[in-house]
Order: sequence, then structure tokens, then C-alpha cells
Amino acid sequence: MFKLEKRPQPSQAFAYLTPILAIVATMIAGGLLFMMLGKNPFESIRTIFWDPLFGEFAFYYRPQLLVKGGPLILIAIGLSLGFRAGIWNIGAEGQYIVGAICGAGVGLAFYPLEAWFIFPLMIIAGAFGGWVWAMIPALLKVRFQTNEILVSLMLVYVAEQLLASMSLGLLKNPDGHGFPGSRNLKDYPSAFNDEVITGSGMHWGVVAAFIAVIFAYILLNRHMLGFSIRLTGEAPRAARFASVNPTRLILFCLGMSGALAGLAGLFEVAGPAGQISIDFNTGYGFTAIIVAFLGRLHPVGILFAGLLMALTYIGGEIAQANLGLPAAAIQLFQGMLLFFLLAVDLLTNYRIKRISKEAV
Amino acid sequence: MTGTLLKIEGLTKAYPGVVANDQVSFEINEGETHALLGENGAGKSTLVKMIYGLVKPDSGTMQMHGTPFTPAEPRAARAAGVAMVFQHFSLFDALNVAENIALGMENPPAMRDLAEKIRTVSEAYGLPLDPFRTVGDLSAGERQRVEIIRCLLQDPKLLIMDEPTSVLTPQEVEILFETLRKLTAEGVAILYISHKLEEIRALCDAATILRLGKNVGTCVPAETSARDMAELMVGSELQTPKSAGAALGEVVLDIAGLSMPSPSAFGTALRNIHLRLRAGEVLGIGGVAGNGQDELLLALSGEQRCAASAIKFKGAPIGQLSPNARRALGLLTAPEERLGHAAAPNMSLTENALLTGNLRKKLSQNGFLNWSKARNFASEIIEKFDVRTPGPDNAARSLSGGNLQKFVIGREVLQEPEVLVVNQPTWGVDASAAAAIRQAILDLAAGGTAVIVISQDLDELMEVADNFAALNEGRLTEVRPTQGLTIEEIGLMMGGAHGMEVAHV
Repeated sequence: MFKLEKRPQPSQAFAYLTPILAIVATMIAGGLLFMMLGKNPFESIRTIFWDPLFGEFAFYYRPQLLVKGGPLILIAIGLSLGFRAGIWNIGAEGQYIVGAICGAGVGLAFYPLEAWFIFPLMIIAGAFGGWVWAMIPALLKVRFQTNEILVSLMLVYVAEQLLASMSLGLLKNPDGHGFPGSRNLKDYPSAFNDEVITGSGMHWGVVAAFIAVIFAYILLNRHMLGFSIRLTGEAPRAARFASVNPTRLILFCLGMSGALAGLAGLFEVAGPAGQISIDFNTGYGFTAIIVAFLGRLHPVGILFAGLLMALTYIGGEIAQANLGLPAAAIQLFQGMLLFFLLAVDLLTNYRIKRISKEAV
Repeated sequence: MTGTLLKIEGLTKAYPGVVANDQVSFEINEGETHALLGENGAGKSTLVKMIYGLVKPDSGTMQMHGTPFTPAEPRAARAAGVAMVFQHFSLFDALNVAENIALGMENPPAMRDLAEKIRTVSEAYGLPLDPFRTVGDLSAGERQRVEIIRCLLQDPKLLIMDEPTSVLTPQEVEILFETLRKLTAEGVAILYISHKLEEIRALCDAATILRLGKNVGTCVPAETSARDMAELMVGSELQTPKSAGAALGEVVLDIAGLSMPSPSAFGTALRNIHLRLRAGEVLGIGGVAGNGQDELLLALSGEQRCAASAIKFKGAPIGQLSPNARRALGLLTAPEERLGHAAAPNMSLTENALLTGNLRKKLSQNGFLNWSKARNFASEIIEKFDVRTPGPDNAARSLSGGNLQKFVIGREVLQEPEVLVVNQPTWGVDASAAAAIRQAILDLAAGGTAVIVISQDLDELMEVADNFAALNEGRLTEVRPTQGLTIEEIGLMMGGAHGMEVAHV
């Protein structure tokens, strides 16, 4: 018989070790899964984890790592602030879409004017769009005690309908021969989110993600507001005793995560995606939830987790193309990663103790 | 029906730092209503938990009908005919009565049969209840009926009731007593836990009185005055009161007409509380737990706001101020619950020092934290209050109760408050730590701080307090000097004088 015993003090070693343990366990279980599908497990794992970084075509995949990791990190940082305080914004995907619509809308409104101020204005509009979308669950929670998980999640589907309507109506390209989708911002230099260093994949959104990591780190470790966020998550009654205003905290955390998700959407639509289209959103907002937890809700952890998740995305695509692995197997693989992380996470706060039968 | 149902001999149960039950012995006869009487923390709950199989005794024996009775789990106790109605109900609001009852059964019958059974039983015992009503719509009294009927369906021989009347209206209490009398007439024994003396005198055939885990007496309630029972409950040896004559200063805290609903469903609303506190004064507030102590602390700490002018600090209304705004003025508090309220369990002592010390100790600047200063403050608390811990980076939950309590009290004391309010400062704390905490309170008062000590430990209040008042159902009695107070007078204040008046008619 085994028994779980709460550690008097969370184990520092395990706090750092668990992500690595989880990755190793995922590799083993994923390898078994791929083997059952009739693939060579070692080749599959190598394709997913090694080839994008050091393989033959790594020069092409490496920039993709930043392109895919950037929005994940940016959104996950915002989400982690709320998650730390026990405020569950599940609707980042919707805030991402609305941010993209608002940002692209502002840019397209100026078309074909070329001016330096257009891109900064789009950034503000993108953040604002995401913020507004997140303020809906925030205000409903503060005012009517609704559940922010449900409201924010349902607003994702509203945002998707809004996106379809925009692609087919208001933002549709007038020169697009009737095809749905907006003008391509890649053809509009003032609104294009170009790479900061050509060929690196590092566009302004990635820069924003790095800034967000630093900002969140300072907020959580050096500022009273960050302390209040952590305290609320750890012990809500103690937070009240410490004079933390729950209403303000809910508004801040949801607003912040919405604004960052909106920013991610704007950078995506103005850069890698290029245009507003019906299928613009690809699930970054949901994957970022995994990234946030994979990174243990710690800013630096999220940075690595975002890059790791981007790696499995890219590696997964390579594995699909080269080895013929089904897309569902790749998703399962990513799911395993979160599952193992949460399972192994238990060891940080608990230890396994062997107990003899008689002692029971 | 006079056979002995349950015989308990020398039952002992110790928890780390406290002996909850020490050599407790008594007997319950068939068809008898037996009261278990005692203050909070006297060991009543531990005792019934052992009978119900939730807690295993360290030593001592129980006999049911003359055969050894050692229930390993509640299921075994239930099989032996023991049923228990807890003070806090375990019902699902969204399900109906029959579904809730079925959930607690080992082999629930078909829903229609069960509903029929519930109807029969509920009518037979005068507890009308519709099995198909949703529990969420029921009143507290009706919910209790669900729990009682759940027990009755097991055909119990012994029914344990833990403070059953605390949530009932007087009319509901009457109905409950009728039911209990019917049950005893059928031979069921009832173990009735309460601290409401009048109820026990009206209902019970025998009473066992516990004090600090020990069985301090047995009596026949109908033949014993409430006053005598109260004396047994609180003990007659009292500490000599603190010597009077300390020069008291200006009135610093003035509470006038403070009324406030309780934030929790099981709480007690505060009703029209008046008190004046002078600089250098220690006011002890006694009373049985659950009579508004927690609510009074919330009102004073600012966690729950009230009318601005209900609380005045040096003449200025502060009822609407937040906890931090009050800290800025010098009104500090230390709640009863250490883990989760006064301190965050998973956070380090440094972070916990910051929790209330940020403002007065200036541990941050423009919102940016000064960790080294916070760490120094935590170390200072640890050193001055002899907190046994490897250092300020340890998590609060790694400390023992007494050490964490010293930390929590020390954190407030070192902030040099003008008014300090502490709730249960030495609850669950070992004797030496308790003495250190009391000394800290006395030193603080000697320095001119006004202190309110809310406690259920009368000895403690006698030792530290200049003046004494008691909370009873959310009302505060008049404040009286501890010097010259007799145990009877304290008993009357705690029991609510009006209730006790009836007792000795």
C-alpha cells in the first residue's frame, strides 16, 4: 500500500523537476502510442522534438518556433495572472479574435494611407478589443456573481460568429472578387507586422511576448499587486484580511488577460496570418491554457512552455507530413503532456509513503 | 426499559498538544435522553465521534448491551444501531428529499417505496415532510428533519444529536422535542449535545458534564439549577483577576449600536453592540463560541463594513473603512483561524509578515516590495516572540499551531497598534506559548494600547482583562470590571441573563 502524505514544505527540487519528469513520461507514453499505430516510436519522438531544432530543414522550422510560440506565451502570461488568483478566464480565444478584428479594422480603415502612426494605433485597438471582450465576463461576475468560466467560454463562440460576419461583410476585401476575408495586410506596409530581424521569425508580437514575461515577473515578485494576486489564490480569506479588494482584482486580472490575448490576435492578423478570414483562429487561446499550467503559472516557466508547445506543434506537423501520423494522435500527445504534468505535480506538495498493511 | 445501552469507561483521546478526552466514563440507558454538556473545546465532539466510529480512542472501552463495541468506521457504528445528526447538514441542495436520503443508504430501495417510507416515518413522528421537495427550498428546520428521518430509517437504538437547536426557531424546537420524546418512549436512547441549559433541563433525564476533556460531574438536569450546571461547565476555580488600578486613558474605540448580518449561513448576526475602550485597557469578551465572536472581529478588522458611525476611532467614524485604512490609523486585529485567515498556509513567513505589516512597517514603496525589509521584519517577529522555525523562508503551514500563533500575534504587536483586537489568542496553543502570548498582551496594554481579547477561556480572560463582557446570540452584555466578578455572575452573563432567570423560578 502506498499513501500520499502532504509535505510540510513544498519541495523546491520537485518544483523544477516535475516539468522534466512530465516531458520524459510523455515521450514514453507517446512512443508507446505511436508504436501501437505501427510507427517507429524513436523516429516519431525524434521527428517531433529533434528535427524542428536540429534536423535538415531546421533553418525553416526554427523561425516558426517563435512565430507559433509568441502568441502562446503572450496569451498564457495574461491567463496566468488570473489563474494565480483563482480567476478562470477560459475565453482567451474569443478575446484573441476580437482583438484581431479591432486591430485589423483600425488598420483597414486607414487604407491606403501610409503613415507611421497606423501600426501603433492598431496595437492599441487590438489590446482594447481583447480587453472589452474580457470585461463582459468580468463585469457580469462582479455585478451578478456569474461564473466567469462559463461566460468567457461562451463568448468564444460569439466571437467566432462575429469573425465570420466580419469576413463576409464589413471587413470583406472590396477587390477580393467576392471571396470571404479581408484585404491582406502583408500588402499594406503601414499596417504590416513585419519581422524585426529578417528571417528570424521574430515579429513585434514576439517582442511583446518577451516584454510581457518580464513585466509579469516583476509584477508577481516585486509588486504589491502581484503579491495580492498570489495571496488571493493561496488564501482568499487572508487576502480579504490583508485588504485586497476582490472586485478590483477580478477587473484587473480579466482585463489584463483579455488585453494580452487581444494583442496576440492583432499581431497574428497583421503578421503571419495577414488577413481576417473565417478560419483565422487556430486555437491559440485554448492551447495557451495548457501553456500557462505547463509553465507552472510562472512567467519564465511559461516562456519555456510556450516554446515547447510550439515545438510539439511544428514537430507534430512534420510527423504528420513525413510519417503519416494522424492529427488526432498528435493532439493526444499534447494532451498527455498536460496530463502528466498535473499528475507529477502532486509530488511537489506530497510525498509517496510506503505503509505496511498492518499499520492501516 | 432500564437496561444499560451504552457503557463508556475510561475513554481517552489525545491530539498533539491537547488531550481532548481524559478518562471519560458514563452510561446511557435505553429510552434515556442523556445530555452531554460542556463549553466549546471541552471534548464533546471528540467523544461522540468516537462513539460514531469517526475517531479511534487511544484507550478505554465501550460496551453496547454488555458486549464490546469498537466501531472502526461510521458504517460499523450504524450497523450497531448508532445514528447521528450533525450540526452542519450534509445535503445536496439540487436533489430532492428522497434522493438525498437514498444517497446515504447502503442499499436504497426503489424511489417510490422510499418516498412512501419517508412519508410514513415522518408522519409517525410528527415531522411532516414531502419526499419530493427540493432540499434547496427547505428551511433550516426542515433540512434537519431530513437528517433526522435519514437516521430514523435505520431504526437506531442510539441517536446522537449535535447542537440540534442552534438553527431552529422556538416553534421548531418544540416540534423537535415532541419527536424526541416519542422516540424515547419507544426505547431509543438519545445523546443530546448542547450548551443551552434550559433545553437540557426541559428535555434530558441525565447529564454528563465535560470540562477540558474530563468528566467533571453527572447530574439530573430537572433537579439541578442552571446556575449549578453552569458552574460545573466553566469550573469554579478561577484565576485571581488582574490587579485593578491601571490608569486608563482616553476613549480610543467607541462602538455604538453596531448591528451587522453574518456573512455565513451558520453565523450569528451582531445586534446593537455598545462598548467603549480606553487606552491601556484590556477588555475580555467571553461567551460560548458561535455567539458572534467571529462576526465581531470581522466588523472590527474591516473585512465586513458597517455603518460609518457605528465604530468610532478617537472620535472619527471608521465603520466604512477597509482593513488597511484601519491599520493606518492603528487598529490592528488577529483573527482566530490562523491558517487561511490570519496567515496564508503555503506562503513563507516573510510573505506572511508582509500580509498585514506592509503599511505600518513601510515594506513597500509605490507598490514595489522591499523584500529585505520584509524579511527583517519576519526575522524580528521570530526572534522577539520565540517562534520555533528554521527561518523566515519557511512556509506558514510548516509551523506548529502554537508557533504560528506566536508569529501572528507578534506580527501585530510589533506594529505598535493603538487598538489591538485578538480572537482566541491561545486556542490550541501549549501552556508556555499561551503564557508568552498573554504576557505580550499585558505588556502592550501597559504601554498604553487598548486591547480587546475575545476568548472562550475564562481563566485567560480573568488573568489579562481589566473589564469583562460576554457575547450572547450576537448581543454584548454590559461591561463590568473583572475584579469582584463571581462565577455565577459570569455564568449569567454568558448564558444570557433572561434565559437563566427562568431557570431558578
